[in-house]
Amino acid sequence: MQNVSVIYDGKSQRMADQMVRTEAQLIAQRKLQEQDCDCKDGMFPRSASTNRRKFLFAAGSAAGIASSTAAFGQKAPPGAVGYDVPTDPTKVQGRPIGEDGGYGSRSQFETEVRERFPTANAYTSWSFTPLQNMVGNITASGLHFERDHNGIPTINPSQHMLFVHGMVEAPKKFTMADLKRFPSVTRRHFIECSGNGLTEWNKPTLKTVQGTHGLLSTSEWTGVPFAAIAREVGLQEGGTWVLAEGSDAAVMTRSIPLEKMLKDALLVYGQNGEAIRPEQGYPLRLLLPGYEGNTNIKWLRRLEVSDKPFMTREETSKYTDLMANGKARQFTLDMEAKSVITFPSGDMKLPGPGFYNITGLAWSGRGRVQAVDVSTDAGMTWYPARIESVAEPMCTVRFGFPWIWDGKPAVLQSRCTDETGYIQPTLQQLIAIRGDNGPFGSIYHLNAIQSWGVAGDGSVTNVHA
Amino acid sequence: MSMHDIAIAAACLCLAAIPLAPKAHAQAQTHYGFGAPASPRDLASFFAIPANGSGLPPGSGTAAEGAKVYADNCSACHGDHLEGNPAKGIGGDKLIGGRGTLATATPVKTVESYWPYATTLFDYVKRAMPFSSPGSLSDDQVYSVVAYILSQAKIVKPTEVMNAISLPKVEMPNRNGFEPDPRPELELYH
Repeated sequence: MQNVSVIYDGKSQRMADQMVRTEAQLIAQRKLQEQDCDCKDGMFPRSASTNRRKFLFAAGSAAGIASSTAAFGQKAPPGAVGYDVPTDPTKVQGRPIGEDGGYGSRSQFETEVRERFPTANAYTSWSFTPLQNMVGNITASGLHFERDHNGIPTINPSQHMLFVHGMVEAPKKFTMADLKRFPSVTRRHFIECSGNGLTEWNKPTLKTVQGTHGLLSTSEWTGVPFAAIAREVGLQEGGTWVLAEGSDAAVMTRSIPLEKMLKDALLVYGQNGEAIRPEQGYPLRLLLPGYEGNTNIKWLRRLEVSDKPFMTREETSKYTDLMANGKARQFTLDMEAKSVITFPSGDMKLPGPGFYNITGLAWSGRGRVQAVDVSTDAGMTWYPARIESVAEPMCTVRFGFPWIWDGKPAVLQSRCTDETGYIQPTLQQLIAIRGDNGPFGSIYHLNAIQSWGVAGDGSVTNVHA
Repeated sequence: MSMHDIAIAAACLCLAAIPLAPKAHAQAQTHYGFGAPASPRDLASFFAIPANGSGLPPGSGTAAEGAKVYADNCSACHGDHLEGNPAKGIGGDKLIGGRGTLATATPVKTVESYWPYATTLFDYVKRAMPFSSPGSLSDDQVYSVVAYILSQAKIVKPTEVMNAISLPKVEMPNRNGFEPDPRPELELYH
């Protein structure tokens, strides 16, 4: 194959530089909070603006008093409500049931949040899932990564319609109530932005796994297969593409191959057992298992069947992969097999030699994860990891690997093989194919093996190995 | 199996779960019947303009008219000279320049250097611009500002009128700069 390269343009480079500065500020903030914290977790940096000493202090002075946010004085983390903390919860009554109004919130001690990539304009930006704090396989709905191109719209579902037209026998419009009358399916799938890792092509840039891999999230989605809707409207001969259009201020559009739409596309209104979140496309989004995140059109209002792609801005000037020879790859839709160790990962510190359960996530846009291997010596030797969740098509698995650290420097890696036989490449292999003669590389579709260096003092850093 | 057959097969699988109708109904139910017909009026406000220009609205504009539209609606974010504005809170893309840079180590991707179709520019401006009040320009204003950008990029002459006939004929410099996805790269199947 021709040796071609993929390159950052100046704007991407500026954004990457800004992200480095922002991440450094966030980490510095965390460190300040940790110094002021008498309950250090050690390995896990705390990621948000809470301060446990203040919580505990407030608790001591207010023991026995009915919970009151007013007496608390400390702002609770996003998604939580701050309550006084009794010294002994068995000696005072808890909160009455129903006080939360009937919808629960997370603990005030859980502080992880999405972090926004510092694009100049917050209306077109993205935020990262804190993978280092996630457990299991499903991403909490409130921590699912975001990419919005002109803000998050507020849509009344009783006013929302889906129009299906173009090369169909009978153009139709569906209310949300109409769509919910169809038999539904519920499936677990990941969504990954094809820009995930865009800062990591040429050198290890961001420090945490949230920065390097946080544009990946997994949910249980509920909705109607597009195939069922296609039957309702009837497809005309010759249709090959479907335009999907969102109802946001960007009126986002992408062209999707009809074959994909009929194979496994879902029109989803449910996420993890409740309505999808506004940031995820409430009340309706397109879900294309294994396709790059941008094609999963949120706030879906329209599907137009055509005999050609529409060449929208997002599939020409963006989300195309410019190679070193000046040619750009277009409609690079599949997300290829990938994995990452989330513990231990960048900016953590192991307290000392001993047993650690290495854990992480693996996924493929082409099918099920077949196997995950882990190396603790920079890829010289590989051992099979334990798959801790059921491997499902185009869904992450959580993997684990028991490791006894001897206290010597180590490089931790994971490697995913999917059911097609594709093996996640090393960065060197990927660059050998896509090229390395530009300092700025194609920002999309980096699925190389991630390396975390463990130093003798236990500190973990992002490295290229 | 053709795409159409796949559609029918997939839909039949869904329908298989429906209990059989009473004998009185000799005809099997083949549709759920949910939803309502979408009338041409329902669909009238929708658009998406492919490269052949189908769906381009009536109207027209020139670069001279577009200069004013640009100054009033676009320059705050994209710069007086279409050079972009990376300032915090703005972040408007650079629109022109960069021709001949795509195969270098520092490519500059703009409408002029990278976008393969002028129809995409019309579609996107009408759809999503100006950023803070999307969809507020008239079709004549969109044709005008598209003519202005293409003219500043030296892709069309300053006097050329942009309309539903002329716009799809504009030859963008990077028209042939795209290739289909060659992945999976077979060397990654060891």
